[in-house]
Amino acid sequence: MASSSTSFRVLPGFGLSLGYTLGYLSLIVLIPLAAVFFKAGSLGFEHFWDAATSPRVLASYRLSFGASLIAAAINAVFGLMLAWVLVRYSFPGKRLVDALVDLPFALPTAVAGIALTALYAKNGWVGSVLEPLGIKVAFTPLGVLVALVFIGLPFVVRTVQPILEDLDTEYEEAAVSLGASRWQAFRYVVFPTLFPALLTGFALAFARAVGEYGSVIFIAGNIPMVSEITPLMIITKLEQYDYAGATAVAVVMLIFSFILLLIINGLQAWTAKRTGRAR
Amino acid sequence: MSIQVNNIRKQFGSFTALQDVSLDFPTGELVALLGPSGCGKTTLLRIIAGLESADSGQVLLEGQDASDTHVRERQVGFVFQHYALFRHMTVFDNVAFGMRMKPRATRPSEKAIKAKVLELLKLVQLDWVADRFPSQLSGGQRQRIALARALAVEPRVLLLDEPFGALDAKVRKELRRWLRRLHDELHITSIFVTHDQEEALEVADRVVLMDHGKVEQVGTPEEVYRHPASPFVYSFLGSVNLFHGRVEGEAVHVGEDRLAPGKVDLAHGSEVFAFARPHEIDIVVDGSEAGGVAAKISRILAFGVTARVELDGLNGSTGEVFEVEITRAEVARLGLEEGQAVRLVPSRLRVFERNAAASGASQAPNWVI
Repeated sequence: MASSSTSFRVLPGFGLSLGYTLGYLSLIVLIPLAAVFFKAGSLGFEHFWDAATSPRVLASYRLSFGASLIAAAINAVFGLMLAWVLVRYSFPGKRLVDALVDLPFALPTAVAGIALTALYAKNGWVGSVLEPLGIKVAFTPLGVLVALVFIGLPFVVRTVQPILEDLDTEYEEAAVSLGASRWQAFRYVVFPTLFPALLTGFALAFARAVGEYGSVIFIAGNIPMVSEITPLMIITKLEQYDYAGATAVAVVMLIFSFILLLIINGLQAWTAKRTGRAR
Repeated sequence: MSIQVNNIRKQFGSFTALQDVSLDFPTGELVALLGPSGCGKTTLLRIIAGLESADSGQVLLEGQDASDTHVRERQVGFVFQHYALFRHMTVFDNVAFGMRMKPRATRPSEKAIKAKVLELLKLVQLDWVADRFPSQLSGGQRQRIALARALAVEPRVLLLDEPFGALDAKVRKELRRWLRRLHDELHITSIFVTHDQEEALEVADRVVLMDHGKVEQVGTPEEVYRHPASPFVYSFLGSVNLFHGRVEGEAVHVGEDRLAPGKVDLAHGSEVFAFARPHEIDIVVDGSEAGGVAAKISRILAFGVTARVELDGLNGSTGEVFEVEITRAEVARLGLEEGQAVRLVPSRLRVFERNAAASGASQAPNWVI
């Protein structure tokens, strides 16, 4: 007898696809992460706490999460501008610029790191201009930020671009014909439409930046308490065969990232609901 | 408020959208810009609104040159074909938008805005959807909200770009009547663009017929329907039968057949188009009448109030297709059958010289509505 609680579904294979999705996710994501927690658990609370909250590690959290948030915010602003220019205007070389946006995706991160270091070091093209002005980029937290901005750029552009392409100029025309200024039309009509996509781009750029290793370690200089990022702390501990300590730091990082991403997702759901997109 | 456009020209690349259009829209009337797609009617509307700028020519609002003013300053209400409602705002916020965007000094209080929005929603009979989002409304409701939103800023003119174009036939008909009633209430100078001749004739006080970026005729719906000024207008407004002929004395000859219009004041020998509406043609079966065009009945459609007879031309009009509307009783009385050869005798015939369309319109007259 068919149970009355199972409603009829138009799309078949719900059970199968859900089972497959969960199985796949477990295999690829959950099991390795669980192993991290398990390994960290073997440490005992006291040792775990010591490993995860030593001053050097705390400094690295501040740098990693702080720089990642700032980098994601910078990318949100300039990525939005870049997407706007790519969608709204036509100019010679537009396709080239469009392709250029994806380059940080494709470039091996070590190459990006070395290139940025070469540019921003005291004797590099950019560094030699900035140093006399008293701005040191390479081997400082600022250098970390530069690297994170670089690798996070494509995320915002690529998430905002399709939404912007779908947004008919009719909406802006309607706003302007109702007396709105150029800025008001953007602020009240265009921006709210783009905001969820912008948040997604921000979250992706942030997540990428937190986990970034290759491009940062070259330019950061890795000075203890100043320019060490958390992934570097983990590697350092691994190199000292302190596997449990490394996983302890990793666990803290995971939890932090997860909470932040959860907040961003919640914010997104909230705006979607508030603006009638999701019901 | 009166609207005047003088010698407007607009070119998109090599395509001429408007060539030297001059029109005068008097205060308080509902005018339809009617024409096939690509005739420049929407471009003209957008130029009046200030959403597009003309290559040359002027737009006068209330006698003042508004050509260089921005849309914002023109105080026009614009309604888009696809509504262009802000989807992230509720219906209430959509309608309130224009008032809230005003500079602080002239912005009404939030309380006044609320009262005004509710009043407008009542006017469009949708005060019960204030808290909904546009995605939760039907097409017809969305267009009414779009209209309320445009009216909220108290525009001096209302411009509607194919306002019913995206709606299905039934809703379209309802909204048409509703718009007419609303206009009778508000008496705001309004222009609406449409390619639907029935819509234009039914709703508007005046109809402006456009083709290829030029104004073909201006007049009341009855005038343009009863007295079309050009072959284009004649064939665009309703179904029509076209005869290609030549003036010989008093009559128009189509091949060896002879049509006898009331009078023709065209020169002997001129090539002409002769038009007759389907209900303006009689079918003659016996050989009693010498005049008329020979044709063969291809189909009789007798399901409506009137019967429609489709015919293929014979002799001089071979290859032409004709359509005649007569009563079902008449079909029975004449004993019409498919395949039968008959003669078509127009009771009313409009004759246009074949080259008049090209030569006459190039002078671009200033049309006063």
